[in-house]
Amino acid sequence: MKPASFGYADPTTVEDALDVLAADEGAKVLAGGQSLLPLLSMRLAAPTTLVDINRVPGLDGITVSRDGVRVGALVRHVQLLHSAEAAAAQPLLGRATANVAHPAIRNRGTTVGSIAHADPSGEMTSVLALTDGSVTVATPGGRATIGWGDFFVGPLETSVHGPAVVLDAFFPALPERSGTAFAEISRRKGDYAVCGAGVVVTLDADRRVSSARAAYLSVGLVPEVHDLTDAVAGKPVDSADWAAAGELARGLVDPDGDLHASADYRRLLVATLTERTLATAAAEAARRTA
Amino acid sequence: MTTKLFGEPVRRREDARLITGQGRYLDDIGSSAYAAAFVRSPYAHARIVDIDVTAAVDVEGLLAVYTYEDLVGPMAEPLPVLIPHPQLTAPRTGYPLAKDVVKHVGEAVVMVVATDRYVAEDAVDRIAVTYEELPVVVGVDAAREAGSCVHDDVPDNVAARHHQETGDVEPALAASPHTLSFTQYFERSAAMPMEGKGVHARWDADDSSLRVYTSTQASTSVRAAIAAKLQLSLERVEVIAPDVGGGFGVKIVHPWPEELLVPMAARLLGHEVKWSEDRREHFTSSAHERQQRQEVTVGYDDDGRITALDVHIWHDNGAYTPYGIIVPIVTATQLVGPYVIPVYRVQVESVFTNTVIVTPYRGAGRPQGCFAMERAMDRIAQERGLDRAEVRMRNLIQADQFPYDHHLTFQDGRPVIYDSGDYVGLMGKLKALVHWDSVEERRAEARARGRHLGIGMAMYVEGTGPGPYEGGHVQVLGSGKVLVSTGLTSQGQGHETVFAQLVASELGVPMEDVEVTTGDTRRFGYAVGTFASRAAVMSGNAVALAARGVKEKALRIAAEVLEVDPGDLEIDEGLVQVKGTPGASIPLRTVAVLSNPLRYAFDEAAKQATQFAGPGDDSKPPVAVGDAPGLEHTDYYSPVRSTFASGAHAAVVEIDPLTWEIEVVDYAVVHDCGNVVNPMIVEGQVHGGVAQGVGGALYERMAYDRDGQLQNASFMDFLMPYASEVPDVVIDHQETPSPLNPLGLKGAGEAGVIPGSAAIASAIEDAVGRRIAAMPISPTELYDLVRSDADQVTNVGPKTTGVLA
Ligand SMILES: Cc1cc2nc3c(=O)[nH]c(=O)nc-3n(C[C@H](O)[C@H](O)[C@H](O)COP(=O)(O)OP(=O)(O)OC[C@H]3O[C@@H](n4cnc5c(N)ncnc54)[C@H](O)[C@@H]3O)c2cc1C
Repeated sequence: MKPASFGYADPTTVEDALDVLAADEGAKVLAGGQSLLPLLSMRLAAPTTLVDINRVPGLDGITVSRDGVRVGALVRHVQLLHSAEAAAAQPLLGRATANVAHPAIRNRGTTVGSIAHADPSGEMTSVLALTDGSVTVATPGGRATIGWGDFFVGPLETSVHGPAVVLDAFFPALPERSGTAFAEISRRKGDYAVCGAGVVVTLDADRRVSSARAAYLSVGLVPEVHDLTDAVAGKPVDSADWAAAGELARGLVDPDGDLHASADYRRLLVATLTERTLATAAAEAARRTA
Repeated sequence: MTTKLFGEPVRRREDARLITGQGRYLDDIGSSAYAAAFVRSPYAHARIVDIDVTAAVDVEGLLAVYTYEDLVGPMAEPLPVLIPHPQLTAPRTGYPLAKDVVKHVGEAVVMVVATDRYVAEDAVDRIAVTYEELPVVVGVDAAREAGSCVHDDVPDNVAARHHQETGDVEPALAASPHTLSFTQYFERSAAMPMEGKGVHARWDADDSSLRVYTSTQASTSVRAAIAAKLQLSLERVEVIAPDVGGGFGVKIVHPWPEELLVPMAARLLGHEVKWSEDRREHFTSSAHERQQRQEVTVGYDDDGRITALDVHIWHDNGAYTPYGIIVPIVTATQLVGPYVIPVYRVQVESVFTNTVIVTPYRGAGRPQGCFAMERAMDRIAQERGLDRAEVRMRNLIQADQFPYDHHLTFQDGRPVIYDSGDYVGLMGKLKALVHWDSVEERRAEARARGRHLGIGMAMYVEGTGPGPYEGGHVQVLGSGKVLVSTGLTSQGQGHETVFAQLVASELGVPMEDVEVTTGDTRRFGYAVGTFASRAAVMSGNAVALAARGVKEKALRIAAEVLEVDPGDLEIDEGLVQVKGTPGASIPLRTVAVLSNPLRYAFDEAAKQATQFAGPGDDSKPPVAVGDAPGLEHTDYYSPVRSTFASGAHAAVVEIDPLTWEIEVVDYAVVHDCGNVVNPMIVEGQVHGGVAQGVGGALYERMAYDRDGQLQNASFMDFLMPYASEVPDVVIDHQETPSPLNPLGLKGAGEAGVIPGSAAIASAIEDAVGRRIAAMPISPTELYDLVRSDADQVTNVGPKTTGVLA
């Protein structure tokens, strides 16, 4: 479990990083290393050069605006977990990050790295999807904003090929009269989820449900967002049938089974977590609909 | 008196070193050593057609490549069958490097030595082995069906048929008022020490000698094996176990192929060579334990008293049997636990499969035996409509029945005669500790919170401290320092503390003056090893006896100097003094100096022992006939048979009826290991054991697929519990001293793990009202179980069974 030999570059600008990436087809960006280094050690990946972006200034900021939260490529999970400002604009960020791995890994692993890694069992990929977020990608051709739906194309696969650095991820702010919740079931605390759900519930001015949407972890090949509004539309928060929404979700997902959970069990968890998180999110939405 | 430390919760003196990174583990040794890495079989069963190393040859830094063809003399012979047994009729072991065929994924085929491990792995990647796949046997059931075989000359896959009976079971069952039968399974887990195996070897060409460091539980026997296999004289080989980052059984197996190959390469290359096992290798190339299929028939009367017990076990021993049939023997003989079983028959088929070898992992067959017996108790309770604790009470061996002879033969070849115990006492303490009788209130309270609560218990008796022997050496230096050594090894148990406590107590010296060395053949050449909860019993008694020998000699010498009778002397705080006469004393360190009559005064203290230092009795030789210079003594402890520790565990679980997550909310242990030398260390052992018990019950399993590929060979998917999954453990001690050894000790190392699966299965069953007939169990499996046929529903417990509509 020792990596094959590789070159190493530690550029101090995005442009230099792109140059190294462009010069070596086998080069890969190294951010927190919490996903990449285990792959190297197990020789499941053998990049020819690691382009360590940790010395590029300006990528470690969390910028909160009315529109949402922009998370720079070098922001560690732990920073997002503790950012009150970010949580005020989009509470899902802190709630989901709390479920990412263990403290040691959160101290090094980056939120953008986990999105660039495109693991459908990662929390932040599905939060990006649920909030309808996007990423900013730098390539030798310039910078582009790519919406989550176009970015994630498969497990551990994004639409960006060739030399590219993801500069940041943008999570739109929580809309008015909305509430969120995030919950997951993992076999051991801090493990990747067997199944997880993040939800956003939005009410109308009469405190009736106008929208209920959920994103799931570890149920598909890419993050999935499902609109569950039909099951609860127009219902007052107190009498909405969240279980019905859970049942609706159960029918919409098509998970695989693995060592830790059968497909059936994952569907059960989708239903249960949906019901639980929607109820919590709706209560929050009601509080925010004064 | 400050030096009487027996029974005190003395803090572990090794911890400061170990937890601040000052430990010296195998991989800390030999930073300039060459590194070994292995090409291991990717197939569970295959013929080796060709090994092509050409592509590896140009890897810069490659030093040597070895295959079976390079092995000579005894190295080319199969590895030893460490524990032969007449019922092990088809013992099979592999070779240090595979010869012609591989029998499990991970078997070593080629060894590469290079300048470092990175380069060695580069070379490994470039060696092309061509295999011809052969049919694969995975799991006890497949082995039993014998559709194909693991070893050509063992067509039924049965390595051993072990059989013991204490009477005629069939008529006894026929005469029983009631009988019940069931079949159940226990899965594979593994010891999984944090530090894998590892070997470092240095050949001294001028001296023609070999020094080997290895992360082992048996350095003296590794030494003998290396000497035999490499054809070296024993005194040319030193083997040292440095700090060892956990063993839990897997490191008692020896010689591992690497323990022979690394020294072989060091000698051939004339350079230090090291191999440090990585986690992936550990999963597929070390050892596992625990898979069994158990068929149990038990007869009992109206009161739930057992009249006869008939057990048939299929035990998966993996691809080879280097450790003999110890694990199945332990299951067979420890199964009976604390109970009176009037007639008992056990049959075990130990079967080959194309999987990693099965050798003792903490508990070593006992968790399975306990699972069979305790689940039978629960079923009897259910059938008779009795409380589970009550049924156990009615079957317990009573305090006045000791010594209690089960008429079985234990793993040490000696009779299973329980030396002492108080099982009724254990049960009473356990019920109080876990509030057994108020569980219905708790159940109702949990139900109000939307959770299913259940409680379960399990009891065990553990044969500990088997022989043949261990030894101890105690020496007082002129500086006052007391050196203690014993041959068995340490893997973090706290031996440095406990043996120092014992010697300090026996000798009357401050503990700070005592230094303990274990597992170093340079210091103590005779030993058996650390396994079967034997270190305190065996080496503890041996070092205590050695300390007594030193004390006797010290008193004799001091008596001459002080011109008193030795019986009038005592030693306290390192001072030999006349009882009741303050001032009439001599420091023990001075006695040490005087014990060695000298010609040369190499230092200030030594002057006192030289020929002109003072008046001597010139009619006697300086060293008396039959005596020896030096204040030291070696002694051995060899028990007549094992001593039997015991305990009772209870688990309380809560289950989420929507997600079927299982949480162990309470875990209670009552533990009896005879006299307790250090309660803090015993509790630590219990905590660690319970953690592994919970792991085995709810998290860990070796998931082999039908092709013999281990699906979860990493800590990502092999779910060793974190601290967050391990419940707080409440412990009560009971002390029934063993009459078999001077200190009255019984072993404590393995106990914590034994009843985990049985108690937790019982608790889950109590919570959900479904039979648990296989462990471990995960939420996804529990979900399947609660949806399964109604015949799995138990007839006691709450009717909470149900699934989301
Ligand atoms: C034991 C363990 C448990 C874990 N549990 C979880 C968990 O529960 N949930 C979870 O979500 N994650 C988990 N992780 C992964 C962790 O969150 C990682 O930090 C994260 O997935 C990747 O972030 P990183 O900064 O470490 O990326 P790296 O490992 O450095 O990179 C990962 C991949 O993304 C690419 N990459 C990274 N940053 C960029 C960028 N800016 N531009 C372009 N490409 C980039 C790299 O080239 C590489 O391919 C776990 C990791 C470990 C070791």
